Amino acid sequence: MLWAIFTFSGLLGLQRSFGIEQADRAIDALLGAPITRESIYLGKAMANLVFVAAVQVIAIPAVQLFYGVPLLENAALLALIALLAAIGLVAVGTLFSAMAVNTKLAEMLLPVLSLPFFVPVVIPAAQATARLIAGRPGSEIVGWLKLLVAFDIVFVAACTLAFPFTIEE
Amino acid sequence: MTSPSSAGPASGAAKSAGGIDWLFLVAVLAIAAALARVIYYTPFEAVQGPAQKIFYLHLPAALDAFMAFGVVAISGIAYLWLGDLRLDRAAESSAEVGVVFTTVVLVTGPLWARPVWGTWWTWDARLTLTLFLWFIYVGYLVLRGAIDDRALRARYSAILGILGSLLIPFIHLSVYLFRTLHPRPIVIKPSAPSLPPEMLTTLVISFVAFTLFYLALVRQRYRLATERDLLELEEGR
Repeated sequence: MLWAIFTFSGLLGLQRSFGIEQADRAIDALLGAPITRESIYLGKAMANLVFVAAVQVIAIPAVQLFYGVPLLENAALLALIALLAAIGLVAVGTLFSAMAVNTKLAEMLLPVLSLPFFVPVVIPAAQATARLIAGRPGSEIVGWLKLLVAFDIVFVAACTLAFPFTIEE
Repeated sequence: MTSPSSAGPASGAAKSAGGIDWLFLVAVLAIAAALARVIYYTPFEAVQGPAQKIFYLHLPAALDAFMAFGVVAISGIAYLWLGDLRLDRAAESSAEVGVVFTTVVLVTGPLWARPVWGTWWTWDARLTLTLFLWFIYVGYLVLRGAIDDRALRARYSAILGILGSLLIPFIHLSVYLFRTLHPRPIVIKPSAPSLPPEMLTTLVISFVAFTLFYLALVRQRYRLATERDLLELEEGR
């Protein structure tokens, strides 16, 4: 439930991420700037991360309030899970957003491409969150956290390297 | 008319016209032979009975699907590096055949699961993620269809092909983390395969047959891609 909110709000935000640059070819100005393409990607990704994190900061207390789920008892751990998951979502989503705007299907394509990639993020995050709420010992969560960390490392690196190829020369 | 400087699709296109595709013929015969062995010369599994025999289709199809997507990724990396359109055509062909093989996996799995597990489908980790693997490469084909510019299409699909293959290890990891209904690996695992020799032989024969079939299909599909690119060039796109 919680993770469904994050996924779809994240998708909406990502959609805007490069669409906004495309509107007046503002992307050309960005590309003309004396910075590497990798920095553009990382900057975009960080902006999206702030957006997703903002949604999380609002949504987590709201879910606790309306559904009576004791989410905030382990606030620090939950924040860690949320952050790790957000990084993974944003890393892949930002890259696909940059690609989707250059295709005929544009807005349709982003969810088609990115949802399969969100699964190995959302499942561990949801599993870890569920164990946290159920008050299970920390050792049951560690495996899921490791999976999230590994996903983040692999995909942040891969997407950063891949991004320069998405730009039309 | 001369073919354009790099990545001219001309080479190889001439051979494809007419004639019998021997590789394809051999592959079909190999599949038939493998199936004959599966049906007549391989013992029944004690607990699962005849249902277990679908395993000789299921596992080779899965392995070849993984291999196909591996080829997509490797051609993707090589394409981004070398920029040779032939590599992109190889990726395109392999992805399409990979989707077909994954479809075989997703069809044979439930057929086996119905008598053995008592259900067609369960939202088990491995099943779910195989389904999403299928989605990724269907998405890959959709992406290819959504880009007109030939070079851009090649670059974007290369990226998606690479990222898709990076996702596969996460699929495998999650199998060990989830409590799963899916049988644990019995052939590809650190210790020796725990399969009776007759069954293992059948499996290997079936795998070889499927791999031949994969190669034959990819070769056909590659020729089609070559001719299509040639046609697009002639139309002046």
